[in-house]
Amino acid sequence: MFQNNPDTFRVLVYDLAAAKGDIQMLPGRSVWCGGSGLAAMLFAKYGDVAAPAFDPRQPLIFAIGPLNGYFPLMSKTVCGFKSPYNENYAESHAGGRSSLALRFAGLDALVLVGRADAPSCLVVGSRQLRLVDVHYLWGADVATTGKLLRKVVPGNSGHRSILRIGPAGENLSSYACINADTFRHFGRLGSGAVMGAKNLKGIVIHGDGDMRLPEDKNYPKLYKAIHEQMTATEMMEKYHNLGTPVNALPLNEIKSLPWRNMTATADPDVAKCSGEAFADKVLMRNAACSGCPVGCIHVGMLREQFSDQHRFAIHQVSYDHEPNFAVGTMLGVVDPASILSLIDMSDRQGLDVISAGVALAWATEAFQKGLVTQEQTLVPLAFGDLEAYRKAMWHIGHKSNDFYGALGKGTLEAAKSYGGEDFACVIGQEMAGYATGETYFVSQTVGFRHSHLDTSGYSYDQKHAEKDVEKTVKFLLDDETERVMLTNMVACLFARGVYKPERVAEALDCLGYKELAQGLMPASEGVRRERWRLKIATGFDPMATKIPKRFSEITTWKGPVDAEYMEALRKGYAASIAEFGGEKATTS
Amino acid sequence: MKVHRAVRMERCIGCHCCSLACARLVYKSVSWNTAGIRIKSSGGLTSGFQAQLCVACDPAPCAAACPTGAISQRKSGGGVLLKRAICIQCGQCAAACPVDAIALDQDTNPYVCIHCGQCVSFCPHDCLALLDAETRPAPCTEGCHVPE
Repeated sequence: MFQNNPDTFRVLVYDLAAAKGDIQMLPGRSVWCGGSGLAAMLFAKYGDVAAPAFDPRQPLIFAIGPLNGYFPLMSKTVCGFKSPYNENYAESHAGGRSSLALRFAGLDALVLVGRADAPSCLVVGSRQLRLVDVHYLWGADVATTGKLLRKVVPGNSGHRSILRIGPAGENLSSYACINADTFRHFGRLGSGAVMGAKNLKGIVIHGDGDMRLPEDKNYPKLYKAIHEQMTATEMMEKYHNLGTPVNALPLNEIKSLPWRNMTATADPDVAKCSGEAFADKVLMRNAACSGCPVGCIHVGMLREQFSDQHRFAIHQVSYDHEPNFAVGTMLGVVDPASILSLIDMSDRQGLDVISAGVALAWATEAFQKGLVTQEQTLVPLAFGDLEAYRKAMWHIGHKSNDFYGALGKGTLEAAKSYGGEDFACVIGQEMAGYATGETYFVSQTVGFRHSHLDTSGYSYDQKHAEKDVEKTVKFLLDDETERVMLTNMVACLFARGVYKPERVAEALDCLGYKELAQGLMPASEGVRRERWRLKIATGFDPMATKIPKRFSEITTWKGPVDAEYMEALRKGYAASIAEFGGEKATTS
Repeated sequence: MKVHRAVRMERCIGCHCCSLACARLVYKSVSWNTAGIRIKSSGGLTSGFQAQLCVACDPAPCAAACPTGAISQRKSGGGVLLKRAICIQCGQCAAACPVDAIALDQDTNPYVCIHCGQCVSFCPHDCLALLDAETRPAPCTEGCHVPE
């Protein structure tokens, strides 16, 4: 039985080349908290800011926080790595079971260094650690890999996490993801390719140990109170009911939903692919991350007829606003079953579906404009053409030719070779599904993860039409620190309305993290600065970021995007971020 | 006397809130395993979930197999009582259980549902119920239970 330690982190550092692990007890809990902070601390310790992302020495880090497993919706894991997409230090987050599996395996973090001799699967548990040769799985898609790994590494069904990559990760696509337990992903910035470069096809984490109950008698009461807050209030209704696809109709209504490579921001066809349409036509059930009673995972049923004699194959595909936008409205595909089919194809390749969809939207416009030919695209790309996109998605995953090799490195990389940078919908990385305006575009361009989750800039745009650089930069900076506090824990960001700093401090105090509870926000600020220091040390120049022309060619509810204001906002935010690069983290 | 049944497992979303509640409130730990109810998938998340849970045998093979009386038959309603203090961690109870409802930890301590119902309210989809044992409710799911 393990006991949580208020001072030290218990970290397994595994050398894939030597096939040996080392359990380290590392100090610094009240400084680095866990999750984002722990990952940054471990990257600073084991990584090399100057070496490339695919250097075998670079660590691939999975870190959890002090509250994971102990409270509801403390259910996510932070993956820290050097991104092959931009060669910067990066984070990607996933739900599923890996968070609680690491907790019950007795680990605060798993750090993988080196490169395995043969394609391998790492098996971790509270009392087991081995590297298994799975060369026969190389080339298998994500779904098949999951099925076979359950046989190769039996036991603990339901009480383990299986992380794996598909062909895209093996082929080192810059936006290959790591699939977590079928329905969740360490989606963005290419952690799957880092796994591929390490010859690591899968990781099975057995949550087969257990933790001593916290001594504080208030713990069960506090758990119950938070559980009731999560389930009894209206706060989670959005995620519980239609899920994130509920966003499609209102975004379209305010001219903020990107359509057909963002050549439009609204279209009456939205009714065909709204959250309501998905629920009516394809939703078959929900699933949850372990420890979360909300269960926001929406699983759609894809019924694929493969013979005219009424023979069908059934696929279960999880959907959300982001994938629905990326392979739906962005590609002019509006039928829910067709959207599921494309998400399924992306998932099987092990691609980040947001980047893959947005890359294909650019490729379609480039094809229409004659910048690329069918000899390069292999299939004639046209908005709305499901079959062409299914094939193209497969070609990205399999790096079928030079064109798809370039496209798999990122839309801008392809545009540099073939032209069309102006209409590449890339702001730091391929855009997420919010054409809300200047604040969001700047937030994703400059933001640490280049993610819609770095700040709620997309929400700010929907409430603020005024053009005030100073006020908006302040909002972006302030919003980030509280989110870093949450990703240190590592909370689901959907729970941010419940896990305010006071509540998190109360939970930490209850588990015995007295010092961290008292210094929670200063520590979070320190982590925020250290993450930026690492990102800038690995080559990120916030001042050099660019927003392609397409983003100033659109109209939202606020009117046409103001390119001049957007540029002033970008410079203002970037200047504030650049200041972090010259500083040592305040708490180190 | 009450009996705990996982009556609507078709609705289960795999959140493990029941297992975590049992571990926390009954067995005083934080765990997926050291709990009287455990949620398993059978071949990945696409296959749905099963509850590993005592089906309230009467007589209970686990009680018969227990050499010290640490696991004993409840007076009525099926199911068993567990006295941790006199358990010798032999694991015979788990081996005797016909439905694999008793978990053993790494020290061979047994964990079994004691039909207290403390986990029921933590299920967000109403999968679990504490029923009147005198009605002898069958240990089956959905189809057998008409909504009240």
